[in-house]
Amino acid sequence: MRLLLQETRALTMRSVKRLSRERISMIFGLIQPMLFWLILFGNLFQKTAQIPGFQAPDYITFLTAGVVVMTVLNSGLSGGVDLLFDKESGFLERLLSAPINRNSLIYSRFIFVMGITSVQILVILLAAFLLFGVYPHSGLVGLAFIMLVGLLFGLGLIAISLTLAFAIKGHGNFFALMGFLTLPLIFLSTALVPIQAMPGWMAFLAGFNPMTYAIEAVRELIIGGWHWGHLLKVLVVLLAFDAVSIGLSSRVFHRQVG
Amino acid sequence: MKAIEIHNLKKTFGEKNVVENLTLDVEKGEVFGLLGPNGAGKTTTIRTILTLLKPTEGQVTVWGHDVVTQPRDVRQVLGYVPQEKAVDRFLTGREHLILVADLYHLTRPEAKKRIEDVLALVDLSQKADELVNHYSGGMKKKLDIACGMIPNPKILVLDEPTLGLDVESRIRIWDYIRRLQKSGLTILMTTNYLDEADQLCDRIAILDRGRLAAMGSPESLKKGLGGDRVTVRFGPGRNRLEELSDALKKELAFVNGIKLSPADHEMEIRVASNEEAISPLIQKIHQHGHLILAIQYSRPTLEDVFITYTGHKIKEDSALL
Ligand SMILES: Nc1ncnc2c1ncn2[C@@H]1O[C@H](COP(=O)(O)OP(=O)(O)OP(=O)(O)O)[C@@H](O)[C@H]1O
Ligand SMILES: [Mg+2]
Repeated sequence: MRLLLQETRALTMRSVKRLSRERISMIFGLIQPMLFWLILFGNLFQKTAQIPGFQAPDYITFLTAGVVVMTVLNSGLSGGVDLLFDKESGFLERLLSAPINRNSLIYSRFIFVMGITSVQILVILLAAFLLFGVYPHSGLVGLAFIMLVGLLFGLGLIAISLTLAFAIKGHGNFFALMGFLTLPLIFLSTALVPIQAMPGWMAFLAGFNPMTYAIEAVRELIIGGWHWGHLLKVLVVLLAFDAVSIGLSSRVFHRQVG
Repeated sequence: MKAIEIHNLKKTFGEKNVVENLTLDVEKGEVFGLLGPNGAGKTTTIRTILTLLKPTEGQVTVWGHDVVTQPRDVRQVLGYVPQEKAVDRFLTGREHLILVADLYHLTRPEAKKRIEDVLALVDLSQKADELVNHYSGGMKKKLDIACGMIPNPKILVLDEPTLGLDVESRIRIWDYIRRLQKSGLTILMTTNYLDEADQLCDRIAILDRGRLAAMGSPESLKKGLGGDRVTVRFGPGRNRLEELSDALKKELAFVNGIKLSPADHEMEIRVASNEEAISPLIQKIHQHGHLILAIQYSRPTLEDVFITYTGHKIKEDSALL
């Protein structure tokens, strides 16, 4: 146990050190596109607030939840990228030739990516407040639950990303598949439009998208309503999502590295 | 107990047999070289020893531990310097070493001392706090070796340690390897440079298409070819070399064998390793009334060994590329 901690801490610190040397790419790569969504679409689609069944006071308030969860989606799905590059550069071979518990590789990725994701969520919410005056009306407890929902969704995504990083040959294929996954996940969710405004088949599919659940919970918490029953249901759905993706991921992982 | 024991190792990827029927031992304290052309299966063998690949068949034991059932014990006694320069360009040299020290569970004070020692060993103390991004190829390789030495291993495994390096860096790395051996380390390395194997290795195994072609010390392998070679060229015309060859074999005790060129103007004579054979040889040839146009004396090289056992050169001539 002590050994596992030492390994995991060392591997996590490596990612932190790398990040501190790539600050610019981090800012432009991860945060800026999300702000772009918020600002561009927020102004473009103000009228959506007049759609029947629309509960948020305005589109920006509505969109903030979508942007928060899209940020989680983005960083979660890129959670395996570093591992992929380690695999290609041979650095992974160096790590695996050490007498480490293989799980420390996975744990350190989870810790690091979830840390980054938390910071990103806070930055998005801060920007939404400073630019548009949107803030979680459910208060600090609500904020804590927003983080919880975000991280639970992120956990499963990181597992999926790590699985693909291990299973797929070549980063070209990896990024192609990521792009292929991201768009339908976003459009078949309530990130940009409420479920009431979707055609029937789309609404049907969105009902199977874990992202929809995460967004709906975050949205309620931002608008200010506490719907404990719904929140609980969302947490259960996300936990199930995590269990499935982590189970899958650990099978692929242990087949690859023993 | 041997440092490494490989018994009947076989490794297949899908349908392809990459290593077959490989049996060899590495003694404690020796520098053992796996020599072979590209694709011979050197890295595959090494990765099996490191527990990164599972053998398809056969047993591999490292310092008494089985690679399949006790992989962590095996990894604990090995230091590894991979073939590709496996460095993270966003870390400094020292950060690499700290990471590796943690992965081998050194305590803080142990790690600190060890890091200073290995940095001094590979002359990187001055550059330790620079980003690896700014290192030259030779420096990266040195850092690789330093990482391999951090765990204070029983066996250091180096996969093509001087591939693609300039002459000066190669010689420096040879020097580290010799010093490490003096300090009692067992070293297993692969190479496809014959001179490197010849200079560094106590024993070598020649691998060709996944099979062991020959094994032994470079000296004994060369001796096994039947001694030094004297090539004698005669003028054009009918030389009746067969008669001469029979006479030389009969009359000179140190002649081990003779090969004639088909064009009847060259003969290749194997003599017991000793330059003093040359003068009596020349006299005899003259006595038999032959005129020597040119004569060349050479010691067998590992290249000759390689060609003899595998039937081809280790590298294609670059002119053909
Ligand atoms: N993971 C793998 N899957 C399929 N084939 C592989 C795999 N690894 C190696 N091979 C094949 O096995 C053969 C031997 O490869 P190996 O890397 O062991 O050779 P090598 O002797 O180290 O060569 P080099 O001098 O080029 O490093 C090659 O033909 C290679 O294509
Ligand atoms: Mg190789």
